[in-house]
Amino acid sequence: MTDIAAAPRRDTALTALFRHARYVIAENPVTGFAFALFVLIVLAAILGPNIVPYNPLSSDTAQALKPPNAHHWFGTDQLGRDVFSRVIVATRLDFFIAVASVALVFLMGGLAGVAAGFFGGWTDRIVGRIADTIMAFPLFVLAMGIVAALGNTVQNIVLATAIVNFPLYARIARAEANVRREAGFVEAARLSGNSDWRILAFQILPNVFPILVVQMSLTMGYAILNAAGLSFIGLGVRPPTPEWGIMVAEGAAFMVSGEWWNAFFPGLALMVAVFCFNLLGDGLRDMVDPRRRT
Amino acid sequence: MLTMILKRAAMAIPSLIGVVIVTFLLTRALPGDPAAYFAGPAATPQAIQEVRVKLGLDKPLIEQFGLYVLDLGHGNLGNSLTTGQPVLTELRTRLPASAELTLLGLFVSIVIAVPLGILAATRPNSLIDHACRVIATLGVSLPVFFTGLILVYVFYYLLGWAPAPLGRLDVFFDPPPQITGFYLIDSLIARQPEVFMASLKQLILPALTLGIFSLAPIARMTRASMLAVLSSDFVRTARASGLSPFTVIVTYAFRNAMLPVITTLGMVFSFLLGANVLVEKVFAWPGIGSYAVEALLASDFAPVQGFVLTMAVMYVALNLMIDVLYGLIDPRVRLEA
Repeated sequence: MTDIAAAPRRDTALTALFRHARYVIAENPVTGFAFALFVLIVLAAILGPNIVPYNPLSSDTAQALKPPNAHHWFGTDQLGRDVFSRVIVATRLDFFIAVASVALVFLMGGLAGVAAGFFGGWTDRIVGRIADTIMAFPLFVLAMGIVAALGNTVQNIVLATAIVNFPLYARIARAEANVRREAGFVEAARLSGNSDWRILAFQILPNVFPILVVQMSLTMGYAILNAAGLSFIGLGVRPPTPEWGIMVAEGAAFMVSGEWWNAFFPGLALMVAVFCFNLLGDGLRDMVDPRRRT
Repeated sequence: MLTMILKRAAMAIPSLIGVVIVTFLLTRALPGDPAAYFAGPAATPQAIQEVRVKLGLDKPLIEQFGLYVLDLGHGNLGNSLTTGQPVLTELRTRLPASAELTLLGLFVSIVIAVPLGILAATRPNSLIDHACRVIATLGVSLPVFFTGLILVYVFYYLLGWAPAPLGRLDVFFDPPPQITGFYLIDSLIARQPEVFMASLKQLILPALTLGIFSLAPIARMTRASMLAVLSSDFVRTARASGLSPFTVIVTYAFRNAMLPVITTLGMVFSFLLGANVLVEKVFAWPGIGSYAVEALLASDFAPVQGFVLTMAVMYVALNLMIDVLYGLIDPRVRLEA
């Protein structure tokens, strides 16, 4: 029922957002570039296995360790697998790990933080204590420990990456919810008889949401780096699965003998992806909060 | 000053308790039977039962936690399955290698990042300012193991300037007699200049890798806080009083601008200690990071647990030191405490 009333208003808000987005992109071409790159990454993640020229798993020992050439743009690895195909196909897994872990921490950290900021008291103390305890560890080391304890799987890499990012989300959500706790519109909602939970869901959350979305795109880069680092040391993803971190690890041995392309291209893909997410995060932040522009 | 240090130290205690609880819980979170895990993959049912009783896994959880804390109090971190050695001994022999590398990496990044940030702040929108921004953005995007491998390829394979990325010292040299465990310092004490040079050569690339990695946040923070300080009233007064630009920047602005940078060091250390693990793997560095990685891959959990605990305790201690340092530099913090 509310949909009918809300639909036209949301529509104008959306068009306004698009206009604003176009304005920001026009003003800052770097954000536009980052967005184009992002679309490319998403396309590679979706279409990857269907568009690559070679099967990423099939080996051809006659073609082993060939430098980049017309047939193999990124060269071939020690088993003669096409590095280009492997790098492209790996996009899906790396992107999935990053998106899944960021979505997970968004739910855990965002909700816990909003609850802590809104309710205060014990909720606040417990969430704060959990966040502080996680922050007492060097984050990558904690992620290693978590994956080691829970088991060496991709799901646990996602979970570990989400857990180490928890304090960041919880703190931001807490701060944003806390300043709105006594705001006029919250008081108004309370006076009209809304319950705490209803206020939380319909007044506070929608306001904190955009800020957390910016945080999501800023932490995507870190999530990819963290996951790739874990698989670089041999956790989570197992060969022969194409994944950027493990491909760099496999190619590392050939770096000292001059076959650079094995580790270089997956590493480059990793770097480009992280770079893209960081730029995009900065651009999104400009859109949501112009005051924080750097 | 002393009360401030004591207060900060007291504030670190809840963190330490949290760290101990989490490392304890990590062992209990092991999928399946922790006793079977600790006994190793080839253990018989009797052996598993023995391990269970020996580790006290048949007791209630809270009692197990008490035993764990008691063990920690006695410096007992368990034994490694693969080497059979006590974890504490192994961590202790390997710690200097990691510490030497991490500290040198931090030193490299401070030496580059702080002047870069200051130059960028004093000349906004100049070439060096843009360079600073690009480096800061690239620095956070570069996977640290990737930087390391590129450096190895360029400086070892292509140019031949650096030695093979295989550990702390070339096989032709004997390590210097151990005093601090830092090869650079020990070789100087033992007056072995050739060992000093050899270990320095091994250290340069990994330290540079860590340096490049931690450069970005330091440079960015230095620039931002220098910009803020340079536009403040006391700097304007200093300028108006006719002090030379050098005196204004170094004596007046720099000291005040360093405070937020020191705060950032806490975060930098968090990244640095994690990155250390990856760099050690790339350069076959015999530190605690590669020890933990080897143990991880062999499903040998006691060393991993000991490693996570050691790293966390060191990190808490480093944060404490940073807070104390902050108080030393800024008298206002001392007064507040």
